[in-house]
Amino acid sequence: MVIAAILAGGSGSRMGNTAKPKQFMELGGKPILLHTVDKFLLHPEVDGVAVLCPAQWVSYTKDLLSAPEYQSVEVLAGGATRNETLKNALEWARHIGEDSGFGGCGDNILVTHDAVRPFVTHRIISENIAAVKEGGACDTVVPATDTIVRSADGKAISEIPPRPELYQGQTPQSFRCKELAELMESLTQEEEAVLTDACKIYVLRGRPVYLVQGEVYNMKITYPYDVKVAKALLDLDLSDGEKT
Amino acid sequence: MISVTYRLTAPGMIQPDCREFELQPREALLRPLYLSICRADQRYYQGNRPPEVLAKKLPMALIHECCATVVYDPTGTFKKGDTVVPCPNVPSEVDAFIAENYLPSSKFRSSGYDGFMQEYVAVQPERLTKAPANIPPQVLAFLELISVSMHALTRFDAIAHGRREKLAVWGDGNLGFIHSLLLRYLYPQAEITVLGVDEEKLSYFTFCDRRMHVNDLPKDKSRFCDHAFECVGGQAAQYAINQMIDVISPEATISLLGVSENPPPVNTRLVLEKGLRLFGSSRSGVADFQAAADLLAQNPKAAAYLEQLVGEVIPVRSLPDIHKAFAADNHLRFGKTVMSWEI
Repeated sequence: MVIAAILAGGSGSRMGNTAKPKQFMELGGKPILLHTVDKFLLHPEVDGVAVLCPAQWVSYTKDLLSAPEYQSVEVLAGGATRNETLKNALEWARHIGEDSGFGGCGDNILVTHDAVRPFVTHRIISENIAAVKEGGACDTVVPATDTIVRSADGKAISEIPPRPELYQGQTPQSFRCKELAELMESLTQEEEAVLTDACKIYVLRGRPVYLVQGEVYNMKITYPYDVKVAKALLDLDLSDGEKT
Repeated sequence: MISVTYRLTAPGMIQPDCREFELQPREALLRPLYLSICRADQRYYQGNRPPEVLAKKLPMALIHECCATVVYDPTGTFKKGDTVVPCPNVPSEVDAFIAENYLPSSKFRSSGYDGFMQEYVAVQPERLTKAPANIPPQVLAFLELISVSMHALTRFDAIAHGRREKLAVWGDGNLGFIHSLLLRYLYPQAEITVLGVDEEKLSYFTFCDRRMHVNDLPKDKSRFCDHAFECVGGQAAQYAINQMIDVISPEATISLLGVSENPPPVNTRLVLEKGLRLFGSSRSGVADFQAAADLLAQNPKAAAYLEQLVGEVIPVRSLPDIHKAFAADNHLRFGKTVMSWEI
């Protein structure tokens, strides 16, 4: 069973003055979150979709997803941190696994995705699922195009890692539910405090995380600038506006 | 929702274009499965069309031959997961006398209107043909081409006189193969002859009664064929058409299916003398798709022959894979290049 957790934990603070979290901002006449949900709902290999959002936005999110085509989407409160949100997603996955006769977490696959990446493609989702089936965990990445420099003190370069070995992380990140739950359980309080990325847990424990090729346009809408870029991407209608 | 369309912006240049669209209540959403490259797509890709045509039609998503999976159908006509074949002809009116594929108001995918190189495609359910069971999807990918042949044969049946014992097909390419094969099944008692210029290609036509090089016609050409079908097109069309006029019986029909490059000079003196009927057929409509699907469902052996046409099947997961597929197709002498659409 493949289940998708759309992580909509953003508070909107990086979007400037807007009080509304960025996943609820409109893009092409529809909230960003709904564009993202569409991609997972339509994917034939995805059996269930949940949206995890800040507790105070649960009712609002449910209203957005009240149309019949979103009837199957579960809206859950996320946690205070990304790890807590992931735990809530895992708990939900366990429940629907039990309800569907899949015996709890078992071999269920959890595909986690940022709500603010609405340009995710069918291929990326397919390859995430395939990578987990083959390898156990995966991260979606694109090769780094900029030179990345490392600075230990924030003042001077301490290292310039070789660019061919560097990638920029996107989402989805996908896991076997059981393995992820076990690894999260194993974290000490100190580890949990500094771990903001589920894949890092795997790396820390020496478990492989395979790479899935993302797309440059699978961008994360974080800043007002990103909204402009996203809108430009969608307005780039090179035909005569024909509809297919 | 947001979907990516892969549009040809200039010869050899394809650009992913993210589009936001709202599905209409009467539309089904499809995920393309296998896409087949047609010679017309290749001509656009290579830039082998007049500059004014390219300027008018590009940017445009190529490919008008595909099979797809239904991911959502609000009308309930199809179930999620059904394999279907969409008709690339998009009519906007119905005419009592003119078929949908001849109406000037109709649009055609990958000819001035976006083709199927898209992440998701929205199509009205009545434009879809449900795939028969047990037909490989790689064959279904070019059901459109089979339907074109079926369309021409339906017209032939309505136009030609009833003596149909000797039928001849000029053309040893993909269309010639399909057309000869359909004739074999629609007219099982007839003697089917295929004429071509490439011995190796002709060797594929094992289901024909006679295979011959166009330079090796028998000396005695009396009653060489009752009716003929031109599947040559290009520069060679004129030679084929005039040879057909030369050898065909009086009052016969010549069915033209090949797309000529330049206007061919035709020996009209002999056309008049023999009282021939020349008629053209192009593209097809939904009814032709259904007829082609029915024929394959009823004749699994025909579908097996068509599998011989599946040349290279290229998995397409990225933009470079699309270019790879078009490059491979450009070097394919016989058969169809099929893209496994995983992008």
